[in-house]
Amino acid sequence: MTPAKGARRTAPESATARLTRLLTMVPWLLNRQGIDTERAAAELGVTVEQLESDLSLLFVCGYGQMPDELIEAEWEEGRVFLSNADTIARPLRLGVDEAATLIVGLRALREVSAISDTGLIDRTLAKLEAAAGAVAGPVSRIEASIDDSGIASVLGTLREAVASSRRVHLTYHVPGRDETTRRDVDPMRVIGMDGHWYLEGWCHLASDTRLFRLDRIVDLAVLDIDGTPPEGAAMRDLTEGTYRPAPDDVTVTLRLLPGARWVADYYPVESLTEVPEAEGGGSVVTLRTSDTQWLQRLLRRLGGRGIVVAPSDVAEEVRLGADAALAGYVGKC
Amino acid sequence: MTAGTTTGALKTERLLNLVMVLLYTRRPLTKAQIRRLVGQYDTSPSVEAFERMFERDKDELRALGVPLATTEIGLAFDEEPAYRIDRREYALPDIAFEPDELAVLGLASRTWAQASLAGPAALALRKLEASGVERDTESLVGIEPRLRTVEPAFDAVKDAVVATRPIAFDYRRPEQAEPTARVVEPWSLVSVRGRWYLNAFDRGRGEPRVFRLSRIVGSVRPAGHPGAYAVPEHDPRAMARTRSSAPVDHAPAVLRVRSGAGHALRRRARTVGEVDDTWSLLDLDYVDVEQLADEVCGYGADVVVEAPAELVDAVIARLTAVRDAHRSLR
Repeated sequence: MTPAKGARRTAPESATARLTRLLTMVPWLLNRQGIDTERAAAELGVTVEQLESDLSLLFVCGYGQMPDELIEAEWEEGRVFLSNADTIARPLRLGVDEAATLIVGLRALREVSAISDTGLIDRTLAKLEAAAGAVAGPVSRIEASIDDSGIASVLGTLREAVASSRRVHLTYHVPGRDETTRRDVDPMRVIGMDGHWYLEGWCHLASDTRLFRLDRIVDLAVLDIDGTPPEGAAMRDLTEGTYRPAPDDVTVTLRLLPGARWVADYYPVESLTEVPEAEGGGSVVTLRTSDTQWLQRLLRRLGGRGIVVAPSDVAEEVRLGADAALAGYVGKC
Repeated sequence: MTAGTTTGALKTERLLNLVMVLLYTRRPLTKAQIRRLVGQYDTSPSVEAFERMFERDKDELRALGVPLATTEIGLAFDEEPAYRIDRREYALPDIAFEPDELAVLGLASRTWAQASLAGPAALALRKLEASGVERDTESLVGIEPRLRTVEPAFDAVKDAVVATRPIAFDYRRPEQAEPTARVVEPWSLVSVRGRWYLNAFDRGRGEPRVFRLSRIVGSVRPAGHPGAYAVPEHDPRAMARTRSSAPVDHAPAVLRVRSGAGHALRRRARTVGEVDDTWSLLDLDYVDVEQLADEVCGYGADVVVEAPAELVDAVIARLTAVRDAHRSLR
């Protein structure tokens, strides 16, 4: 697995990255004179200490070295005032990456029918492209789709349930165990991620926060009951994706032959060791799961291209499962 | 004072002063003038050291998108380069966004919150919000689309697509043991169902190809100059999807499915008939025998294939291989 992208924040900020941030921060603060220091830091996505350090740096910069040529900054009273910064009072034009994120993001949102207001998105997009200028051209060669085809009405209903804090009753299909369950959920948010849409909410059956894939919701009813999640119900950090290992998970070691490499792409493997060509190629991976039924299904799908190396009782389960399935074809093989 | 205590902060200070000096001046400034106006250059030990530092700073500012322009100005006996930044070229055009527009821009920006572009996405929004109009935070509550870029090759490929720059990389198809070296002209980058694909012209194969970014192995290397080719007209998303769209031209598969099981198959089935209390019979359209065999095997003893024979054989072959692979371990 690649490291979490969120981890990049902890890397020291380069001088040029900080400059970019300051050139963006100055116009923002100039238009918000007297803003509370803590609020400014929160909205700018930095700590108060960082903001104060930034302001100290601005304080010694200017278009010359005379005192009246320097930026004036005040923040001692818990409020930020900035002046004499006319030269950089407007933000620098959008860079390619900056324009790309917003343009690609807006075009993707246009396809989410639960957002529905395509007029708003089109008008915003037109202004954004005008603001971006020449960089908008190449950016049009990047496209992302987060469409909600097939689940648009479920998505719309759930979004309203979140907004109005209504509890929902789900009939939910769990494909790993191939069973259908019924449960009441206090919805927290609807997330579109990695090609699927999920409802995150407090599940009264599990007494815990759970993610439900919208395309697996067989039936949905909005109840006339307040659906405020209990205190302490925490949303998950989804930086690493939707999968969350639990303490009681079993660690399974799998030998993946060359045709089963995709497994390492699809599932969050904990470790991956390439196997040299001379020994058959492919890889050995470890992954954690609480659901050995899911694992058995996966291994049957792999048709011998994936082999459980350890633990041995899981390997035995896989063998017995394959035997049981073959029993359905007695006389044919 | 906390700032100015590290070399990083000193450099930021120097660059910021340089930007402000060059934005403020109406006439282009020579290097000597710049050295006098930007305090931090005073401390360089020699003219050569200053010039080297200035050249690097200039390049770094341009890389950030600062339109630092060079002009030749005539002095008494010689021509000398001079520098300035045009304010109109520097500044983001003053376009006023309404609160609801900023709300939807906020959503577009947060879409990248877990991606390698999270930083640029946040900066872009802050630039557009600079004018002080507050975003309408209520209207889009409860919905969070997310784009992720977990593929290590993403940033390099994205840059090549934008710059129309040829690149080289090693690419591994799932059925191949060893990656193959590719040299391509990137056309477009598309995310479909959460996965990023590169549409490109494959120079080695002499035709357009689609590459899944997660299958790029190791580093992505430049293989030519930016703007080295023209991108032909194409529909990026249609191209990325081409591989999975074979037409259906055969009879449906017939599957025996245990009651209470195979929900995903039941929902896709053309018809579902009840055989008895234990079994249902499903007619199911499919595209690829091998893919359906994989899926059927997943259900184990809960799904038995009745027809076609080809599918029966594929399922038996897989299950036998699974049994044998795990038998040898005992």
